[in-house]
Amino acid sequence: MTVTSQDRRRRHRPPTILPPARRTTPGPSKWRGAAWSRRRSEAFTGYAMIAPGVLLIGVFGLIPVVWSLIISFQANDLQTPPQWVGTANYHQLFQDPVFRASIQHTLVYTALFVPITLMLSLLTAAALNRRIRGIVLYRTAVFVPVVTSTIATGVIFTWLMDPTYGLINTALSKLGLPTFQFFQSPDQALYAVVIMTVWGWVGFGTLIFLAGLQGTPRDLIEAAQVDGCSRRGAFWRIELPLLRPVTGFLVVWLTINSLQLFDEVYATTKGGPLHSTTVVVYYIYDQAFQFFKAGYAAAIATVLFVVIALITLIQLRLTRDPATGGEQ
Amino acid sequence: MTTTPIASPTSRGQRRRRPSAWHLVLIPTAILMAAPLLWTLVTSLSSEADTHRFPPRLPTSLHWGNFAQVWTSSPFAHWLLNSTVVSVSCVASNLILCTFAGYAFARLQFPGSRVIFIAVLATLMVPFQVVMIPTLVIVKDLHLVDTLPALIVPNLATPFGVYLLRQFFRTLPTELEEAAIIDGAGRTRIVTRVLLPLMGPPLSTVAVLTFLSVWNDFLWPLVVTSSPNVMTVQLGLATFQSAHHTDWPVLMAATLISQLPVLALFIVGQRYFVRSIATTGIK
Repeated sequence: MTVTSQDRRRRHRPPTILPPARRTTPGPSKWRGAAWSRRRSEAFTGYAMIAPGVLLIGVFGLIPVVWSLIISFQANDLQTPPQWVGTANYHQLFQDPVFRASIQHTLVYTALFVPITLMLSLLTAAALNRRIRGIVLYRTAVFVPVVTSTIATGVIFTWLMDPTYGLINTALSKLGLPTFQFFQSPDQALYAVVIMTVWGWVGFGTLIFLAGLQGTPRDLIEAAQVDGCSRRGAFWRIELPLLRPVTGFLVVWLTINSLQLFDEVYATTKGGPLHSTTVVVYYIYDQAFQFFKAGYAAAIATVLFVVIALITLIQLRLTRDPATGGEQ
Repeated sequence: MTTTPIASPTSRGQRRRRPSAWHLVLIPTAILMAAPLLWTLVTSLSSEADTHRFPPRLPTSLHWGNFAQVWTSSPFAHWLLNSTVVSVSCVASNLILCTFAGYAFARLQFPGSRVIFIAVLATLMVPFQVVMIPTLVIVKDLHLVDTLPALIVPNLATPFGVYLLRQFFRTLPTELEEAAIIDGAGRTRIVTRVLLPLMGPPLSTVAVLTFLSVWNDFLWPLVVTSSPNVMTVQLGLATFQSAHHTDWPVLMAATLISQLPVLALFIVGQRYFVRSIATTGIK
């Protein structure tokens, strides 16, 4: 989730129950003193209320960002005392063929995963957005993968995509179609990961689109139908354009998550075969915890952070689009 | 049903006569989406010989023994317990800490509140992989590596929970609290006595999403734990997978066991899950 544009624009003070002291009518000094002490006690209460949560978020969310940047300038194995190496880790990054390959895999994965998930989610949401018999059952079937864990998804698809005994190849060969090696082939493994994660995320996309579709005012569609617009026309001309902000949100959210792909790769291919599914986060994990090069891993993490922060900032800009009144 | 007496018979009659053509789209979609989990169930009840048969087919008899084998050959019960302890602690702590922080950011004036709130929001943008290495160092310095608290402490308060509850408190009318203030109630009392009854929807959202993310978390438990008696069920499943990588029936039984608590919660509270995810856009 990100900062909404609404928050950025609301620069006024938070609503308070009692008016601020300086707006009260000037009274005897005794009263002004009371107002001041009330404000002081309110501030004290405020700090006391936020302290536990904010300290925890600071220690585990904010300080590590700076710390990670510091580690990226060190040779650090997380055991022995670290050594300063300046920008050596970053220099090494640009010459590392596996890092370059991991970026390429991540980009190919994202370029396939995001549009496919988006299209399938939209179509599924459009199909599910009606009141017909059994709709609850259909929705449950589509939504269940949302709560299925990434590791379970990986284990299940390793079995479904088993080249010899898996359900998918069996179905393909029964239909007279060619079969695949999936996770066992360097040329196919990344695409197999795409198929698996699309299954895991379509339910989520559908859920978001469905909520958007159900937020479309019904009278708008009815008015269009009175004017002779078909039900299908109303979908393409009215509902779809109104879904633009939802679509924008989903594109960014799916992109950020696909850049962070790790669990499903760990559970299926462990980055192989022949590094063909080594994505950026898998490489970070490998470097930090298999080869104990935490400094180098932190440098990769910094690059990833910059990319994700840029995407988030672009999203914030786009959602403040003046044409839509700045609302998401 | 409160449909008008004129409209209801015709629309119902039409529905009876001619089922919607959308079923032709929806049935294959539902089957495609449900197939992986259904096949997991089928495999978990097959014998190992059934799975090495080509083409695969439904088992001739049900092998419940696979589930028993998962239970006896690995500390699965212990992993489930660990996951439950970790998830429930994180949910409880988030509900309390985020409520108070959210209330203070929404209602109280204190110097720096805006800056602090923006700093909290900024951490929402930080992917976990970026803070993972320093977090491990912090946990190491606290001598918590390979313990359950290591899995709990970093998730005790989440920025999204603070944000969600702060937004919720801002939608409430202040009149509710004014009466209590005049009666001399303190802020803590206002939150716990006056506002708590109204906080069902946002608190259930925080609870559902925290539970889901902690229960399904994998990378952090992978990094910070190593001994089997501290593993969560996701890490346990991955370990189990490498130990039984071709014994599909037992592996599928283990997968189902690992998903059972969340699936059960989902089916009971589907409405809450769907609403929580739809309103916040978080999986």
